Amino acid sequence: MTGPMTHRAKESPSQTAGPYVHIGCTPNFLGIEGVYPEDLGTRLITGDPAGERITIKGRVIDGAGNALKDALIEVWQADAEGRFAGKGGAEGFTGWGRSPGDMNTGEFTFETLKPGRVPFPDGRLQAPHVTFWIVARGINLGLHTRMYFADEEEANAEDPILTRIEHQSRVPTLLARKDGDAYRFDIHLQGPDETIFFDI
Amino acid sequence: MTNGYTARDRGWHPPALTPLYKTSVARSPRFAPIGAATSLSEETGPVFGHDLLGPKDNDLITNFAAPGEMAIGPRIVVQGTVRDEFGRPVPHTLVEVWQANAGGRYRHKKEGYLAPLDPNFGGCGRCITDENGFYEFRTVKPGPYPWPNGPDDWRPAHIHVSVFGHSFAQRLITQMYFEGDPMIWQCPIVGTIPSREAIETLVARLDRAGSIPMDALCYQFDITLRGRRQTMFENRMEGM
Repeated sequence: MTGPMTHRAKESPSQTAGPYVHIGCTPNFLGIEGVYPEDLGTRLITGDPAGERITIKGRVIDGAGNALKDALIEVWQADAEGRFAGKGGAEGFTGWGRSPGDMNTGEFTFETLKPGRVPFPDGRLQAPHVTFWIVARGINLGLHTRMYFADEEEANAEDPILTRIEHQSRVPTLLARKDGDAYRFDIHLQGPDETIFFDI
Repeated sequence: MTNGYTARDRGWHPPALTPLYKTSVARSPRFAPIGAATSLSEETGPVFGHDLLGPKDNDLITNFAAPGEMAIGPRIVVQGTVRDEFGRPVPHTLVEVWQANAGGRYRHKKEGYLAPLDPNFGGCGRCITDENGFYEFRTVKPGPYPWPNGPDDWRPAHIHVSVFGHSFAQRLITQMYFEGDPMIWQCPIVGTIPSREAIETLVARLDRAGSIPMDALCYQFDITLRGRRQTMFENRMEGM
């Protein structure tokens, strides 16, 4: 059953999450109350974990320059010491967040920790990053990307993923920049500033 | 490069740009996604315990209903197993579902279809697979509903399904359709999937043996997530 020579089933094909994804994933946000006590992924910090507290803000923008108001954004990241929840990560930190964005502006916000460096399979250290997964009406298969920090120049310069990207001119699309008290990470689905997406 | 999961077959999944599904035109990247080896960042993911669940979370007939009331519509049970591509069950993983009511109306502020809301139907549910990868929920069969794509497009009856798996690399959202529904083969969203063979894996099968007499019919819907490879060889850079 487990060897590569045996018959394999195909992965269930993806379909768009559609415009009403929030009914299933963030019902309280929509006003469907009383089914779940709170929406999953509302808080990444549930206790008092060590590390620098940061805020990440951004929007998902379509090919015509409009912010999506019906996207669902999920993030997954290590704690301040580069450890993941479920794999020895800090207590009081889930590492996973989900945001429907603001209903009027589409802006998502995550209150989280600045992640530590996580090793790559070959032993090199990756630069601090947050993994993003984006679904929405019009997106047929969830989009994977990564947010890095523009102020981590040294680590970014040796990151195994960033250094491998052929079109280095596109790397800045993955860099979040300080904007007031928050890091800003806008995701462009299409157009001149199109964000790099990954086939992982 | 090592890669812990079998690569996604992007010829099996829908491509990003599928113009007959109009919204995809401005929301599809023009550059190809960059193939990257997975690391711990993708090979781990959130874990949800069974203590997350309330007693009615997987019963959409009653989880939004007033005390003593129930949702209107054909009562069904949907059950199945989540496995990976190697056939291994995926235990203890969260499955979330959402759907329209029996008349095809969603409980959503931005939805204006004239079919009425059912005061006793919210439309969301969730469950966690057991140790064998089995999941089950109870609901009413959703109705088809019209949507502003072509001038007269209707979605087939469908239930949206979100599955976490054991890592961010396995994260998947899809839709479940119902055996025998002629609308499946006219839908531009279903039609984003390139092959009939792939579409058929999203069609739940009526299971008469699983029905609950005088109560509910049963549909079987199995879900397959990406397979996790055994890491036989570990790459090390020269000199490390």
